[in-house]
Amino acid sequence: MIFKRPEGLTNTPWRYCPGCGHGIVHRLIGEVIDELGIREKTIGIAPVGCSVFMYEYFNCDMIQTAHGRAPAVATGIKRSHPDLICFSYQGDGDLAAIGTAETVHSAARGENFTIIFINNTIYGMTGGQQAPTTMPGQKTTTNPYGRDTRIHGFPIRVCEMLATLDGPVYLERVAVNKPVNVIRAKRAISKAIKLQVDNKGFSLVEILSPCPTGWGLSPKSACEYMDKVMLPYYPLGVFKDLIK
Amino acid sequence: MAEMKDITKYKTGEHILIKGNEALAEGAVRAGCRFFSGYPITPQNEVPEYLSWRLFEVGGTFIQAEAEVSAINMLYGAAAVGTRAMTSSSGCGISLKQEGISYIASAELPIFYANVMRGGPGLGNISPYQGDYFQSTRGGGHGDYRVIVLAPNSVTEMGNFPYLGYKLADKYRIPCMVLADGLLGQMMEPMEFKFDWVDINKLPPKDYTLTGCKNRERRIINTLYMDVNILERHTWHLYQKYREIEATEVRYEERYTEDADIIVVAYGTSARVAMDAIAKARKQGIKVGLFRPITLWPFPKKRLLELTARSSKFLVVEMSIGQMVEDVELSLQGKAEIYFYGQPGGIVPTGDTIKNQISKIKPVSDVSDSGTQKLNSQSKVIYLNDI
Ligand SMILES: Cc1ncc(C[n+]2csc(CCOP(=O)(O)OP(=O)(O)O)c2C)c(N)n1
Ligand code: SF4
Repeated sequence: MIFKRPEGLTNTPWRYCPGCGHGIVHRLIGEVIDELGIREKTIGIAPVGCSVFMYEYFNCDMIQTAHGRAPAVATGIKRSHPDLICFSYQGDGDLAAIGTAETVHSAARGENFTIIFINNTIYGMTGGQQAPTTMPGQKTTTNPYGRDTRIHGFPIRVCEMLATLDGPVYLERVAVNKPVNVIRAKRAISKAIKLQVDNKGFSLVEILSPCPTGWGLSPKSACEYMDKVMLPYYPLGVFKDLIK
Repeated sequence: MAEMKDITKYKTGEHILIKGNEALAEGAVRAGCRFFSGYPITPQNEVPEYLSWRLFEVGGTFIQAEAEVSAINMLYGAAAVGTRAMTSSSGCGISLKQEGISYIASAELPIFYANVMRGGPGLGNISPYQGDYFQSTRGGGHGDYRVIVLAPNSVTEMGNFPYLGYKLADKYRIPCMVLADGLLGQMMEPMEFKFDWVDINKLPPKDYTLTGCKNRERRIINTLYMDVNILERHTWHLYQKYREIEATEVRYEERYTEDADIIVVAYGTSARVAMDAIAKARKQGIKVGLFRPITLWPFPKKRLLELTARSSKFLVVEMSIGQMVEDVELSLQGKAEIYFYGQPGGIVPTGDTIKNQISKIKPVSDVSDSGTQKLNSQSKVIYLNDI
């Protein structure tokens, strides 16, 4: 067999919409867990959002947390058991709105865990409301006329913001809208978790991810939209890498 | 080889002079706490300050969190991996922790925490107060749950309750809290630790903590149950646990209740002051006793009801406008007269003030006379503040 489910994932079928990026990223994390041989000492942290059920999907110890609090929970886990490997998986509402304080301060403290941050510019689970990352002009269920920055403010670029801190060791933004980007995304996830295994400190990978349902687009046009609209606003690349 | 420093610090039974907050902190470490996260707030600051060096000495973790919301969620993580963890706060800080406490209660993780009450509502003030009784004894956050609430009234109890707290928290997989107040936190008095240093390596292993799934099935700590039937089952399971705690873990103290015509019901600092009032009243021949609930949840309902066989008048004293009085009312089932005296604002009543309230109560029931005492129309409680 040349293509099988990673051991890092369970056989539970996931409940994501067709064309959703969450499934792609789950698979990448599962592969990285296998490749680094860390499944038996990994604790995954599920957020509140469409990916809340990921505790059913990952074949390692899992904990489900309150909306936005995953980095605090990860802090509690890693500080008491530094030999465990811990990653949180969070959407943009979870990480950059309700959980902003937890994100910024765990990064500033340089906690030795990894955040996989899914930026789909929308609140998927609650029905497509405005996220802190919603694009200027983007229509959501709470921006029926599109996000007007004079009224609704501007999106947050998380990697750029965290790069101003001395705490993080590795920050990279990737995307999963086409194969070449998916390969890069996996490389970034692997690097981030490897840094944690080596006790280097805080790492975060921001993953631009399609939400066809929330955007009202077909899976194919959602991926094209990302190239056209999202990537120019959220440039891909490494924002911090203290350990080259 | 350098001699190993004795990390136990105090011998069991050794008499020491220490602040209430510091006794609480040292007691927690002695009872096996190896993780603390919190956010500064008066009047509990000695707890984190003490633990910032003390936990370091014993190889534990101290984190000053960015907010109480994060602090409690750090505990969620620490408890999930099996560490004895603690947080402490006061008033508004405890309000912020309620979200996390609800999750921890649902996930059935053992944690220990303290509310050293300050004046409220809102920012209130930093003086001793007992206005967080409802919040503590009714769970405090969202959803159907309870936490065990221990109410100390001395520095000795401040220092020894962490041991009981962790024991109960572990036994029932439940959050357990100490409900103290600014006076108990700030005052110094001689105390002793009555329990031996807990060797954390000898604590029984837990079969639910996340340790990595080596050689076993993976474990999940979760509070989400989309299937209504499964959430129903989970909640009934919690209910059973709470009934068991109510049946077995009630704690209280009684003084002079054997011959009392009037029983003062008070906890914490109010109970301390009440003892002074009771001594004074007894000197004048008034037969008064004290009933001090030590567990506020589970509340000692049964014992209070039993006491109505001998005593027909109960005076509830609280440093608030009246919260525990409702539990007393429920417990006594209309079988006795209930009086209430409240002192809100962050003011500790004096023994004389409480003594004066006792004097307002006629030891023998005289129904025809009750016209002089204002009855609250909703409840049967007579508010002595109004008289
Ligand atoms: C304290 C709290 N507030 C609000 C919610 C409701 N809620 C659930 S998911 C969600 C937004 C999730 O959006 P995001 O983090 O972007 O993840 P996505 O669903 O897009 O993957 C909200 C607001 C909640 N569960 N808890
Ligand atoms: S709503 Fe969006 S993020 Fe949620 S599962 Fe569907 S496509 Fe994915």
